[in-house]
Amino acid sequence: MVAIRGTLKGRDVISINDFSREEIDHILKVSDCIEKDLDSKFGLLSGKILSILFFEPSTRTRMSFESAMYKLGGRCINMGPTELTSVKKGETFSDTIKVISKYADVMVLRHPSDGAARYASEISDVPIINGGDGTGQHPTQTLLDLYTIKKESKLEGANIGILGDLKYGRTVHSLVYALSMYGIDMTFISPPNLSLPEEIKEDLDDKKISYEECERIEDVIGDLDVLYVTRIQRERFPDIMEYKKVSGSYKITKDMLEEGGKENLIILHPLPRIGEIDPDVDDTKYARYFLQTKYGVVVRMAILGLMLGGFE
Amino acid sequence: MKREKLRVEPIKDGTVIDHIMSGQALNVLKVLKIKSPSEETVSMAMNVSSREMGKKDIVKVEDRRLGKGELNKIALIATNATINIIEEYAVVEKYRVSVPKFIDGIIRCKNQNCITNRDEDVATRFKVESKDPLSLRCVYCGSRTSSVEFL
Repeated sequence: MVAIRGTLKGRDVISINDFSREEIDHILKVSDCIEKDLDSKFGLLSGKILSILFFEPSTRTRMSFESAMYKLGGRCINMGPTELTSVKKGETFSDTIKVISKYADVMVLRHPSDGAARYASEISDVPIINGGDGTGQHPTQTLLDLYTIKKESKLEGANIGILGDLKYGRTVHSLVYALSMYGIDMTFISPPNLSLPEEIKEDLDDKKISYEECERIEDVIGDLDVLYVTRIQRERFPDIMEYKKVSGSYKITKDMLEEGGKENLIILHPLPRIGEIDPDVDDTKYARYFLQTKYGVVVRMAILGLMLGGFE
Repeated sequence: MKREKLRVEPIKDGTVIDHIMSGQALNVLKVLKIKSPSEETVSMAMNVSSREMGKKDIVKVEDRRLGKGELNKIALIATNATINIIEEYAVVEKYRVSVPKFIDGIIRCKNQNCITNRDEDVATRFKVESKDPLSLRCVYCGSRTSSVEFL
């Protein structure tokens, strides 16, 4: 496990772009070692505390971090819903971070504003993990996405399609940057008004990464090794009418996959899903999205362990 | 020539910002956070004839020696501006502004959902990725911009 000694110790995890490909590979390698011998890792973070500050709803990210911390023998303290905290009394975001950073060894933060995690990292006494900031980034989701792709398909030379809300989806933004580090060609499939932001496309152009864009999944499904499906997020639309125009505009079905998909195609989704993957797909050989959540715990164990010095 | 002299009358001590692109003098004051009412004596000339530039603006701030870091912010809007530090009517230092590595607190992030637009406690900060053409990246949300909108 000693490929890059101390690479994450004491560091923040804010954006996937803060990490080199070598560092990401190391996190994936540590995750693999943990998965192979899960039980022996209990106690590595004994006495350590993770504080959880979520200013937006979450099920998976929050519980996955809690599970990861408990599996390493650490503890979690959770701020809980903001309605029940001093935030409701008008406490500033800055003061909340300063105070809570005194209670724990590491903090995971989710916030509706882009860049909130970076700002928090400047004023916190302890390392910050970005658990999703607005439409910005969600780096730990990306690391578990990469781990799932590596375990269940391949990273090198894979043809990866990303479907859905590419405009507001922070998991997509992080993932696109990560895949670009591996030189992977990508296909972006979305309604026209939810296409990938121009800025990210410019960054891909700068890195000479080729990509295709299309509107119909049926047109490209036969070319893909991995299809990453995302939800159209109602909560991100400034105008609800814009949401209604695109809501329900795509759905992955068992028939679609069996008729048009490659034999070894896998389907991923950061979840929750609303209706974009038919439940009939769940029991097919293509579905990996529930396994993906399981891998999430392992990858977050690796991240916490590396940040707090439990692993090297 | 006599009229020109009247417009750009020498100052005893202070800072003269010359060769400002025509029309940018008010923005220069904004960048330097010189607002009315101001303690300094500030004189400004706009659309003055210039051999090199055709037309230019000039700003003079009396009895105040502006710092290099402060003045370099001007380079965002007046690439070729020259700075003259004056003491006892003589130019004691002269240099051309250059774009700094980071721009703090004077430009608005174009991303409406950026923490700097959502939380009044958070001042903006941009990394200068390219000076020519100008390309700035918000250190918080990562948005890239080439056009400057002052706060």
